[in-house]
Amino acid sequence: MLKWVQKLGMIALLFALWEGLTRAGVWNKHLFPGPLEVVETLIAMVGDGRMGGATARSLGRLFRAYLMSVAMGVPLGLLIARLAFFRNAVKPVVMGLQALPSICWLPLALLWFGLNDSAILFVVVMGSVLGISIATEDAVNGLDPQLARVARTLGVRGLRFYFGVLLPGALPGIVTGLKLGWSFAWRALLAGELLFVSGGLGQLLTMGRELMDVSQVMAVMLAIILIGITVDRVLFQTVETRLRRRWGLTST
Amino acid sequence: MVRRLIERLRGLRKVAPRLLRPANVNADRAKISIAQLGHQFSNKVVALQDVNLNVRSGEFVCLLGPSGCGKSTLLYALAGHVAPTGGTVSIDGKAIQGPGPDRLLMFQEAALFPWLTVRGNITFALGARGVPRSERRERADTFIQRVRLEGFADSLPHELSGGMKMRASLARALAVDPTVLLMDEPFGALDAQTRVHMQEMLQAIWLRSGKTVVFVTHDVQEALMLGTRVVLMAPRPGRVVEDLEIHLPMPRSLEDPSLDSMARDIRHRLRAVEGSPLEAQRLEPVPPRRTKTPSSLPRPSAVTGR
Repeated sequence: MLKWVQKLGMIALLFALWEGLTRAGVWNKHLFPGPLEVVETLIAMVGDGRMGGATARSLGRLFRAYLMSVAMGVPLGLLIARLAFFRNAVKPVVMGLQALPSICWLPLALLWFGLNDSAILFVVVMGSVLGISIATEDAVNGLDPQLARVARTLGVRGLRFYFGVLLPGALPGIVTGLKLGWSFAWRALLAGELLFVSGGLGQLLTMGRELMDVSQVMAVMLAIILIGITVDRVLFQTVETRLRRRWGLTST
Repeated sequence: MVRRLIERLRGLRKVAPRLLRPANVNADRAKISIAQLGHQFSNKVVALQDVNLNVRSGEFVCLLGPSGCGKSTLLYALAGHVAPTGGTVSIDGKAIQGPGPDRLLMFQEAALFPWLTVRGNITFALGARGVPRSERRERADTFIQRVRLEGFADSLPHELSGGMKMRASLARALAVDPTVLLMDEPFGALDAQTRVHMQEMLQAIWLRSGKTVVFVTHDVQEALMLGTRVVLMAPRPGRVVEDLEIHLPMPRSLEDPSLDSMARDIRHRLRAVEGSPLEAQRLEPVPPRRTKTPSSLPRPSAVTGR
C-alpha cells in the first residue's frame, strides 16, 4: 500500500513540476507544452485512430521480429554452450557482433531489402538475437552441476536430457535473457522506424517533429513508455515471478 | 562403582571382536569386485592406492573413514563417474565403463529436479529407464508410499523439509530399481533426529528389498547401525585398512549397547591407523604433500565436474 502511495506520489510530483515549469513560461509554450495538453493530444490521437494504427503496426513488427529472434537465439545459445565448435568459433563472432549497435545495420538492411518491413525486421532481429543467445548460453552453463550428475546416474540422455533437464534447469536464466532481448528489440524497432518512413510509432514521432507539433512528439513518447512498461511488467514480470516461485528460487 | 564400570567396559570390548570379524569374500563369488584399484588426481594427489574389495550380492557395505581417505572416490569409481587411473572395478564380472542402469548413485543432497513434483521426479527417472508410460505413475506412488510421503506426491521439492527431500530422493532411487545402490553420505546434511529416522527407514527398506548397498559415511555409529560389513579406510594415500563383518542381527537399534562397544573398537582401530605423525611416515614412503589437510584434497565431484 505504502509502496503504491510512494510510486503514484512520485509520478504526481513529476507531472506537477512539469506543469509548473510550463506555466512559469521559462520556455516557449509551443516547444514545451504542459502535461495536460500532452495528455489531451494523446487522447485525441487515440480517438482518431492514429495512435492505435501506429501501435498495432509497430507491435506487429516487433512480435514477428522477436519470434524470429527467439527461434534463432535460444538454439544458438544452446549450441554455443554444448558444442566445442560453436564455443570456439561461433561465440567470438557473436560477441563481436554484439558490440555493434543494432541500428548500424540499417543502411545495409536498406540496401539489401529496400525500403520495406523486411529491413526493419532485420534490424530488430540483429538487435535482439545475439543478446538472447548469449543469455541462453550463460543460463545453460550455469546449470546446477548436481542436476547434471543426477541426470547421468539416472541414465537421462539425448533429447530427454536436453528437454527434460537442460532447458528446464536453464529456464529462469533464459527468461531473463528473453526479457533483455525484448528491450533490445523494442529499442531497435523504434530507432529503425524513426529513420525511415514506415508507418509506426517512430513515424508518428518524426511527423510530429516535421509539423513542429511538440505535444504530439511528447504524446507519442508517453505512449511508448506506457507500452514498454506494460509489456515488461505485465508479461515478463508475471512469467518470471511464477517461474521463480515454481522453481523454488524465491523464498515464499 | 568406578571399578565396576571399568570392568563392564572391558567386558564390552571383549564382546566386540566376536561381533566384528574379518570379512573374506572370494572374487569369483562377488557381485562387485574391485582389484588393485588406484586413482591419482591430475594434481598428483593419490586418492586411492591398491584397493581390493569384494562385495557379495545383497550386502550392505559401509565405507568408513576420515575425510580424504578416498571413500567417495571409490564410490564414484563404482558409479562410473570417475575413471580410475589403475586397477579394475567390475560388477557381475563385467568391467565398469561409465554409469549404468544396474547402479544408482545417491548424493548428500537430495538432488531432486526442482521444477518437478515428487511424483514427477520419479516418473521422469522411470521414463529415462524405459519404463512404459502407463506403469510409471503407479510405480511412483508405490515408492512414495514406501518412504511414507503419501500426501506429498504433488508437492514441489522446495516445499519439503530436508528429510522429506531425502526420502523423495530415496523413493526415486528405489523406483528405478538398480541392483546396486551407491550412497555418498546421504544423511550427512540432516539434523540428528531426522538422520536417525532415515537410518531406520533405510534399514527397513533394505531388509525388504535385498539390494546391494555401498554406503559412504564418516559416522561410526551410522556404519555399524546399517551395515552388514564395515570397511575401514585411511587417508594419504587412500587405502583400505580393515574389512570387517558385523555379526549383529537386524533390525538394529542405535540404543543397542553392543553397538557402543563396537563403535569404541572401531574408533580405536581408526586411531591406530591414522596414528602419530611418525607412524604415518612409516606407512607412507613419499610424504612431501603431508602438509596438506585432508579437507583440501579435491572432492571427486570437483574433479569430474559434470
